[in-house]
Amino acid sequence: MVKLQELTTEEKFTSGHRLCAGCGAGIIARMTLKSLKKPAVIVNATGCMEVASTIYPYTSWKLPWVHVAFENAAAVASGIEAAYKALARRNAWSKDVDIIAFGGDGGTFDIGIQALSGALERGHDFLYICYDNEAYMNTGIQRSGATPHGASTTTSPAGTKIPGKPEFKKDFIGICVAHGIKYAATASPAYWNDYITKVQRGLSVKGPAVLHVFSPCPLGMRYDSEKSIEMARLAVQTRYWPVYEVEEGKYKLNIKVPNPKPVIEFLKTQGRFRHLFQPQFEKELEIIQQWVDQNWKHIIALCGEI
Amino acid sequence: MVQIMGLTGDEAIAYAAKQSKVDVVAAYPITPQTIIVEAFSEYVHNGEVHTEFVCVESEHSAMSACIGSSLTGARVFTATSSQGLALMHEMLYIASGLRCPIVMGVVNRALSAPINIHGDHSDMMGSRDCGWIQIYCENAQEAYDWVLQAFKIAEDPEVLLPITVNIDGFILSHALERVEVYHDKDVENFLSFRNSTLKLDPDTPFTVGALCFTDYYFETKRQQAEALKIAPKVIDKVNSEFEVLAGKKYSQMDTYGLEDAEAAIICLGSTAGTAKAVAKDLRSQGKKVGVIKPWVYRPFPCDQLLEATKNLKALAVLDRAYSPGAPYSALCSDVVSTLYQNGKQLNVFNIVYGLGGRDITPMDLHAIFNETLEVAETKAVKEPLKFVGVRE
Amino acid sequence: MSKEAKLGWKTMPIGGFLLEPGSALKYKTGDWRAFKPLVDQSKCINCLLCWIYCPDAAIIRKEKFIEVNYDYCKGCGICANECPVKAIIMVEDKK
Repeated sequence: MVKLQELTTEEKFTSGHRLCAGCGAGIIARMTLKSLKKPAVIVNATGCMEVASTIYPYTSWKLPWVHVAFENAAAVASGIEAAYKALARRNAWSKDVDIIAFGGDGGTFDIGIQALSGALERGHDFLYICYDNEAYMNTGIQRSGATPHGASTTTSPAGTKIPGKPEFKKDFIGICVAHGIKYAATASPAYWNDYITKVQRGLSVKGPAVLHVFSPCPLGMRYDSEKSIEMARLAVQTRYWPVYEVEEGKYKLNIKVPNPKPVIEFLKTQGRFRHLFQPQFEKELEIIQQWVDQNWKHIIALCGEI
Repeated sequence: MVQIMGLTGDEAIAYAAKQSKVDVVAAYPITPQTIIVEAFSEYVHNGEVHTEFVCVESEHSAMSACIGSSLTGARVFTATSSQGLALMHEMLYIASGLRCPIVMGVVNRALSAPINIHGDHSDMMGSRDCGWIQIYCENAQEAYDWVLQAFKIAEDPEVLLPITVNIDGFILSHALERVEVYHDKDVENFLSFRNSTLKLDPDTPFTVGALCFTDYYFETKRQQAEALKIAPKVIDKVNSEFEVLAGKKYSQMDTYGLEDAEAAIICLGSTAGTAKAVAKDLRSQGKKVGVIKPWVYRPFPCDQLLEATKNLKALAVLDRAYSPGAPYSALCSDVVSTLYQNGKQLNVFNIVYGLGGRDITPMDLHAIFNETLEVAETKAVKEPLKFVGVRE
Repeated sequence: MSKEAKLGWKTMPIGGFLLEPGSALKYKTGDWRAFKPLVDQSKCINCLLCWIYCPDAAIIRKEKFIEVNYDYCKGCGICANECPVKAIIMVEDKK
């Protein structure tokens, strides 16, 4: 439990970045850096957060920060962690730092999954945060493995024959947990306390930890920028985005949603689902509700809840 | 103070890395580089080195991790071949762009397809524009010596570029040779731990890997070009310092018989060894032939080439890689460009040989020398590019 | 927006490295706005929700209430939308 008043006023992720107005990634970056208890080194995969915050000669970052490529944030983090260990071993220095890797859903679910899998399997001590805006937003809203069924993206557009993305979202935390890591969790920036607690928990764990946080995107999800936190809240309150954590393989539900809103409440606020409200595609809305229900059932069964 | 050891090329590279106070090795196995990583992991598991060894899950991640480590101030080493080098291709450009002084042993192996595990230079030649300094070795001794020198060259503040040390797959990597190995203490005097000023350290925060639009990208590339321009001076300096340790003086180019040669072969790697043996034989018969062997391929040793060829009447350029659709293959392109740039007239012809590990024999080289002498005599090149050793 | 002259290759740090942490503060994003938040500080209960939810760190914490940093505020409206006491309203930003 943290109190907002107790969080540092220092902004290690400064204003002046070029993220869109109302960008979830900006909120997540700020919240993450306010959670730090130790000095940190940041690795950032190519994507919205990286590109918009480091347009030469401007950088929003006030701590060591590196971007190498799109698919390898976890591999770069592995290298940094190895270097810290080796340099300490030969007494070049003895520094206690936290290593955090940020990747979007693109750089994590798809092109970055190999590097992440390798880093998790090898057990490097770092925290991987996937800020998930559910498409390759930075390059113009193309579909990713994290894009939900039915969403319209530029490579899975709402066509007359195929209404948006046919496939369903990957169970990312399930993949991470299958690697036997000590801590993995989902989060939503609307629940700042839960998120900050999880960042701190993830950093305190020895070995790899993964956070999967919903990152609302006004442009790509097509809603008014003022609603970003409202979206992040609605995602949770419709059970679309279950908020849970997995410690040593044990699932625990963090945000109970006893009276969920129907997922249609979430879908109707976003332009990326608008086409599903046409009569010929209405059954897609049911399919999505079914998916949400099944996913929720699966998660709470793992959590030992009823 | 030297010890004589029987080492394969791979083992020699691993041994040099062992003595070089490497902080991190992140590598992925691929034939014929495997012995390097296997030998190194033995050093690690037996506590003989302080190195953190990361068994990454692909070559792309290997170079990624190497970059992360290097930017954190660690001395970094890795090795690969062929498909592995190709897989890390985008990372090679990033490593040089981010000025990471990584040293990589490349055990040259043919690129697929077809899949082939034997030695040719198509892998490194396919990535020759990656901005790394590239060195080619004739034997295991040179591989050992150049790896030791490479760290010092790479980490020089005027250079700060990564380096590949290339050896021919199987021919050098797996052949046991007599290698003079220097004492740990003597190597230590030549090369101590890396001490980097800029590193990913919360006490000195900086941003690496910013997005450089049209208004800044070009300048960073110009800086890299400048570093490659300065590199020969640094290489010379390190070669001199190395001479104190090893009693051997390396330079950017090795030559044989050029005091009076009229015809010569220029080639990279182990073929030069065979060529020198054949040249020696021909010279004993009064034929004026010589061998030119660049050690440093990038930056290309233009001055040394001009010096070496100044009295030649004909030159055969042997390329162990083919540039499809190009008038000349890589090495020959560089040779011809250097000559043209300096207004030098010389009859040059290109021989593509040894692809996929196809052997080049003393008999082949004999014939090539004789052909070169003929060109020197007739002052005419019949075939500007030909393939030697392929069945019709 | 910084009006400094652009460095050439001879004076730029190598590698595209940015040695000045937080130099983005020189880039004022305040001119992105179409709408701007107005804070009724008498209503503000200093809950700091707007502060934690601002993507641009454009909410400044004062002792008893918050203030908007108009140099950087992009006018996204999250602060107004989330304020539990409706102390913030969005008005058209006439420049």
